[in-house]
Amino acid sequence: MEKVIQTADAIEKTLQRMAYEIMEKHESVDNIVFVGIRTRGVYLAKRLKEKFDKAASKNAPIGELDITLYRDDLSQIADAPVIKATTINFDINGKNIILTDDVLYTGRTIRAALTELADFGRPASIELAVLIDRGHRELPISANYIGKSVPTSRKEFIQVKLKEEDKEDIVILGERNDR
Amino acid sequence: MTDKFIWTKKDLLGIEYLSAAEIEHILDTAASFKEVSTRDIKKVPALRGKTAANLFYEPSTRTRVSFEVAEKRLSCDVINMDMKASSVLKGETLADTGRNLEALKIDVFIIRHTYAGAANVLSKFVKGSVINAGDGKHEHPTQALLDMYTLREKFGKIKGLNVAIIGDISHSRVARSNIWGLRKLGANVVLCAPEIILPKYAREFGVKVTSNIDEALKDAHAINVLRMQFERDDIKSFPTPSEYFKNYGITKERLKKCRPDIVVMHPGPMNRGLEISSDVADGKNSVILEQVTNGIAVRMAVLFLTITAKRGENEILN
Repeated sequence: MEKVIQTADAIEKTLQRMAYEIMEKHESVDNIVFVGIRTRGVYLAKRLKEKFDKAASKNAPIGELDITLYRDDLSQIADAPVIKATTINFDINGKNIILTDDVLYTGRTIRAALTELADFGRPASIELAVLIDRGHRELPISANYIGKSVPTSRKEFIQVKLKEEDKEDIVILGERNDR
Repeated sequence: MTDKFIWTKKDLLGIEYLSAAEIEHILDTAASFKEVSTRDIKKVPALRGKTAANLFYEPSTRTRVSFEVAEKRLSCDVINMDMKASSVLKGETLADTGRNLEALKIDVFIIRHTYAGAANVLSKFVKGSVINAGDGKHEHPTQALLDMYTLREKFGKIKGLNVAIIGDISHSRVARSNIWGLRKLGANVVLCAPEIILPKYAREFGVKVTSNIDEALKDAHAINVLRMQFERDDIKSFPTPSEYFKNYGITKERLKKCRPDIVVMHPGPMNRGLEISSDVADGKNSVILEQVTNGIAVRMAVLFLTITAKRGENEILN
């Protein structure tokens, strides 16, 4: 059984609100940069950046992070993901990074992303923006900007589909078949 | 490039044993690893807690150093063993060396050996990954992979490229691995050398064989210039070095008759003024130093994929 959590329209409005929140939270927006976590976090970061740029009349730098090499379960994962490059073509020292991902779940992806970012420099701050927070954290990590909090059970799954990758914008909550 | 590719091979013993899709997957993975070496902190924790043993039964500087750099950039612990100075002298067999190292919980063995098939033998005795860093006249898979990587970076794809391999082909494991790989990926390969050392059997691999250098270079997108191994005994009957340079050396004059965008490769170490002139080696068509840089990315990819390969015992997980 599947349930629609967010429609295309809702995703659009949510991201708009989050872009405003980012502006509101920061006295100066000069040092704001966006970094998306592959794969869907990259597209969300791009959309957030566009909305932020428009509202703040800026052109914020944007980077892409592939955290595969920083995972703590590399030797355990059954289906090895294809490794893609990390591209951060700007100096992150002293910047306010808005780290972006689609779903916040155990927090392990974010832990890996923070470790990887530290290898690129020492930003002034790192804040986390996620479209969906579904709970069940296994690490002390929380998001600064949340599109929507969705209480879930571990048996359920959240699927974020985005036009750039999946041809449509939609967020679905479903039940896993016996695992 | 698909999002899911299940890599299942724990060893890299030769290009012969790889499918075209597997070769492409290594090259794709290498492309992502190349970025790591451009960072201020040139290191990722992917193989933290793993241990690599570099077993070199034959002298090698560049390959050994390249592997060592690749291992360290992946946070792998490294043990370098100069096998000529160790237990081999005391009569230990390769199988026993392997078993003993495995008792030390080594995860990956990089082996360079004078005998063809040494890597294959070792892989039968150890559970860890085995990577062939050159075995006799058999194969040198990571060299061929970095050559193909460099070609793909220059031309976008390998399929349809005309690649000329010039020089001491019959002694060359680099040539052998390149022939396997380039044929699998759909390149046209020409081998060229003086008649006396030209391996005629090579035609069976679906490659062109000629002793006419002009014919080999005509329409070539790339030349792979092999080192003339004059130190080998069976090459003594061969034309003198100066004769070879005159007739087969890659010089500026010869390049003028080639495609302007021709790419000149050499696996190193070079004999300047013997198989290649200095102005070509240092010229705009040369990618020889890029090959060295790409070698690290390719070896990182091979280490990563073989060590994290989905092994038989994991199959039940899914």
